[in-house]
Amino acid sequence: MSVIETRDLTYTYPGVTKPSIEEVSVTINKGDFVILTGPSGCGKTTLCRCFNGLIPHFYNGDLEGKIEVAGLNVVDHQIHQIARHVGLVFQNPENQLFALSVEKDVAFGLENFAMPRDEMRKRVDWALQMAGISELSERPPHELSGGQQQRVAIASVLAMQPDIMVLDEPTSFLDPVGAEKIFEVINELNKKLGITIILVEHRLDLAAKYANHVIVMNKGKIALTGSPREIFTSEEARLIGVGIPKATKLYQHLKKHGIRLKAVPVTTEETADLLREILKND
Amino acid sequence: MIEVKDLYYTYPTGLEALKGISLTVNDGEFLAVMGQNGAGKTTLVKHFNGLLKPTKGEILVDGVSTRDVSVAQLARNVGFVFQNPDHQLFSETVEEEIVFALRNFGFEKAVIEKQVDWALNLLDVTQYRKTSPFMLSGGERKRVALASILAWDPQVIILDEPTIGQDHQQKEKLQQFILQLNAQKKTVIVVTHDVEFVAECSPRVILMSQGKIVVDGTAKKILTNPKVLAQASIVPPQITQIFLELADLGLPTDVIDVHEATKILLNRLRKRS
Amino acid sequence: MSVFEGFKFRKVSSVVHDLDPRIKFFFVSVLFVMAILFTKLLALTVLFFIPLPFVFMAKVNRQWLRSLRGAAFLAIFIFATNFIFGYFSPASFQGITPPVDTLVEYLVLLERAAAMTLRFVVLIASFSVFFLTTSPDHLGLALQQSRIPYEFCFAFTTAVRFVPVLADEAQTIMDAQKARGLELERGNLLKRVKNYIPILIPLIVNAIRRSLELAESMESRAWGASEKRTNLYELKLKRADYILVLISVLMLLLAVYVWLYVSIPSLTTLLSL
Ligand SMILES: Nc1ncnc2c1ncn2[C@@H]1O[C@H](COP(=O)(O)OP(=O)(O)O)[C@@H](O)[C@H]1O
Ligand SMILES: Nc1ncnc2c1ncn2[C@@H]1O[C@H](COP(=O)(O)OP(=O)(O)O)[C@@H](O)[C@H]1O
Ligand SMILES: [Mg+2]
Ligand SMILES: [Mg+2]
Repeated sequence: MSVIETRDLTYTYPGVTKPSIEEVSVTINKGDFVILTGPSGCGKTTLCRCFNGLIPHFYNGDLEGKIEVAGLNVVDHQIHQIARHVGLVFQNPENQLFALSVEKDVAFGLENFAMPRDEMRKRVDWALQMAGISELSERPPHELSGGQQQRVAIASVLAMQPDIMVLDEPTSFLDPVGAEKIFEVINELNKKLGITIILVEHRLDLAAKYANHVIVMNKGKIALTGSPREIFTSEEARLIGVGIPKATKLYQHLKKHGIRLKAVPVTTEETADLLREILKND
Repeated sequence: MIEVKDLYYTYPTGLEALKGISLTVNDGEFLAVMGQNGAGKTTLVKHFNGLLKPTKGEILVDGVSTRDVSVAQLARNVGFVFQNPDHQLFSETVEEEIVFALRNFGFEKAVIEKQVDWALNLLDVTQYRKTSPFMLSGGERKRVALASILAWDPQVIILDEPTIGQDHQQKEKLQQFILQLNAQKKTVIVVTHDVEFVAECSPRVILMSQGKIVVDGTAKKILTNPKVLAQASIVPPQITQIFLELADLGLPTDVIDVHEATKILLNRLRKRS
Repeated sequence: MSVFEGFKFRKVSSVVHDLDPRIKFFFVSVLFVMAILFTKLLALTVLFFIPLPFVFMAKVNRQWLRSLRGAAFLAIFIFATNFIFGYFSPASFQGITPPVDTLVEYLVLLERAAAMTLRFVVLIASFSVFFLTTSPDHLGLALQQSRIPYEFCFAFTTAVRFVPVLADEAQTIMDAQKARGLELERGNLLKRVKNYIPILIPLIVNAIRRSLELAESMESRAWGASEKRTNLYELKLKRADYILVLISVLMLLLAVYVWLYVSIPSLTTLLSL
């Protein structure tokens, strides 16, 4: 069942002539873990803004085509209505937290929904726990590390219990361990709660193993879509400049020299297992 | 040459960010400073151009203590590229942005013109000469910021987290550019936690954790030592991880590069058959 | 950026910290009114001691003393102007016939100037207890429960939240420009003012970008979804709050009574008896 469906979506920011996304048609199914990637400036953020109605409601501009998210026509619904279904986590952790304590930030959306205090307290505690930051609840966000801040941002979106979570390069300011923790939290939300995930990411070596669907954009258009294995081995992806995981690269190099592994590996473990097999078989 | 002698630094807030660092960076060397966020990497390199002065200990740049010289004087030899280009871009045009530092250093007009042309060309931003830096994309702004520092041709170039927030292609370009600088005998110091970047450039590496240097050595030696890396919350490159898993098959465990990995595997398979 | 240190509220718990901010504000306002009512040194000295128990209970002695020290310059200024103006137009004071020549007349003048200074010190002393022991979060909440529009309260807490962030950013920008040879302290006055342009422009541009991103984030979290927001926290009056209200009201009544019916002697008259 699809939760996001766009048809020939074209959008131009106000005051510019060239559309930032052009004729984008994507279908995303319920429970998917999607990685959205492509060179910077290709329109990933712009597409994310369409998913929760920031485009067209916050940015105005010129939107053509059709977009339906969680059964709602984005153009006909306000951002706060869509917010019940779609949560957006942004790149810069610093600029999406505005309260003086973590729990207050997590409660922000619920306060806007006018949720009664007792229920809100439960939800906040639950979201903090899911994001693994219960012990930070009373700390001021600006004293936390970038990775912790980003988990607060995830919790504050999660508290609204969305069906879909869109994360726009959430780890780009983090160190690898901080990034890994974020991916694990997201994966948990996807696998345990069934939340549909759309993750914009360049570091595919770290994120690829969690995804079942990869969308590559280039110059405002959808260039490729498919399973991680299909995308990482496609010549087009390489030409567009997608950062293919080293494990997959190793597979390709070996293939060039006439050595075929049984399957296309994406993760370390898969590669090690496949290599072990051929090294032993000899 | 940069000599760091038993350096301690405490921020005015009372936080002791560096706890006894000793290090020598030779001319023409390519050094990567690695470690998790908050390890003290930026604090350390800010001492190299005098932005911070030691609380205890000493830094000698070409034999002169940084305590005795102003930032402006040190900066003439030590260029520092900050992480975020938006923290420095302010001019109306890209050209003006590059002229700024040259004028501060008191270059003559003719030299300024020559250096601006050279820097614009070096970073492939000549077509934006008269454009406002604020109109450019993130990657382009980064290149302009780089150009504005390379323009005065400092001997030492420090780059703080150059790959952060960059896409794959931008990273590759940057990587080539940095290697090229080093090939021209510049001393290059890169602060980073990007293991794949380090694996591909293969510089000398120092690993920092909690204000101390944990280990100092070649990229190959350090990136293939998961125990040491773990102290700095860094995971080995993917290729290294694969080879570590296969250690029981008698494969070498110090592999960081895809090409090298392919060669080793091919050799092994050919020998067998 | 030590200027901003005072804004950084540190979360501590004490009887005083846990008092309802509205009540604390009422108490401080009563002190304010009292300080305005009385002009005699004796009365103001008594007032000065009232906030002291609160300072000790809240364990904020050091910060409190620091804020007093910060006010010292202004206090000296107030003393000097009061004395000088008193000297040149003494007619307004009882017991002095111009010109000021006798010792007693000098003493009256000095006492008057000291009283005015102490009045200022009392105001600073009591308000700083309030700000030192009230978290901005609580303050925002208090504003909100006092029926001040939510938008205003939100703007207040957000501003407090971003002061340290902007201070850090200003420092980074300054460092980035110094690394390009900018010397803030160079040149005549006009040049020095101009030196700040490369710092102000990135600071402003980034602040605008930041506020746009904040707005985007707020919108995405259902800002404006309902007419009447709820709040995770609620201020409830506790026993200590009622006690403080009682104390404040009694103090106020006593003060008004004394003001109306008791004439407080000045030190000079006491001594000359
Ligand atoms: N607010 C905006 N106003 C005008 N143009 C914009 C705005 N945001 C992005 N763009 C333009 O839209 C294009 C796509 O940008 P973006 O969606 O941010 O790409 P990505 O996230 O893939 O890096 C770029 O050319 C960018 O300059
Ligand atoms: N201006 C500052 N004032 C106080 N503490 C700081 C300042 N800058 C950095 N720190 C602290 O010093 C430590 C080291 O920081 P930094 O050198 O920036 O680390 P890194 O660059 O390795 O991420 C951190 O704990 C950080 O919070
Ligand atoms: Mg983007
Ligand atoms: Mg740093």
